[in-house]
Amino acid sequence: MFNALLISSLYVLDQEKALDFYVGKLGLEVNTDQDLGFMRWLTVNVPGDARQVLLETPGAPGLDPKTAEQARELVTKGATGGHLFFTTTDCWKTYNELRAKGVEFTEEPTERPYGIDCGLRDPFGNHIRFSQPLAAAAPVGSDEKRSARPSK
Amino acid sequence: MSRAVEELNRRMLRARDAMDRAYAQPLDIPQLARVANVSEAHFIRTFRGTFDETPHRYLQRRRVERAMYLLRATERSVTDVCLDVGFTSLGTFSRSFRHIVGEAPATYRRRGPIKAVPNCFAMAWTRPSSFGEAVARKIV
Repeated sequence: MFNALLISSLYVLDQEKALDFYVGKLGLEVNTDQDLGFMRWLTVNVPGDARQVLLETPGAPGLDPKTAEQARELVTKGATGGHLFFTTTDCWKTYNELRAKGVEFTEEPTERPYGIDCGLRDPFGNHIRFSQPLAAAAPVGSDEKRSARPSK
Repeated sequence: MSRAVEELNRRMLRARDAMDRAYAQPLDIPQLARVANVSEAHFIRTFRGTFDETPHRYLQRRRVERAMYLLRATERSVTDVCLDVGFTSLGTFSRSFRHIVGEAPATYRRRGPIKAVPNCFAMAWTRPSSFGEAVARKIV
């Protein structure tokens, strides 16, 4: 059966702006940038990590014009369901660095049962999170302690 | 035309994100319209056109969702929870909560502790919507 997840895809509305953001601000590196004629095959990865994210523009000829418009609108409503989750060794440090670069955060670093995490949007509306996992994080679905502090 | 819609959607999403983040604060329409960078006159109508509910309803249901969480994940008093999530009157809180959830805050609390779930997904999925389901989805 499978032995890895190699590429997943995310809709972006402009590949140049996507490069500015994902490479210029988030610090990913370009894995492949190739003109296939019918599309620009553009993938990025976390330095040192094999997994690639295809930054794909919804449009012809893969989608008819009307569907492409709908897909673009859904991206800008944050409704495509495309999420990326990154991990970091220091959530606050990364947060501060990215904030200084003008990244739009939806949530500042917050302690959760599974680690410290925060949320941001890419320029198009996609939801991105990164977390600093706890060494011994509570597994998803385990009972939360009632003494948990209110999250803000 | 479509690019203008995309830009407007993105601005409304920014205002919605602000409500998800700062629900505990006394947010008002002028503030949210500034976040969205549109005039106050257009904000409510445009937001509703984008997300099919008014900003007020969106925020009220976000506050109730967070209250549902705090009631079961913490031992804070109902009054504290009411204030924690941005309501300023216990009467309004109790009435809104009962109307949306279908039970009083103290009754809901007796369902017991909730399971640890990723917070961002809990917030996205358990905010009671305005779209016809009578009762909110509840974390079991």
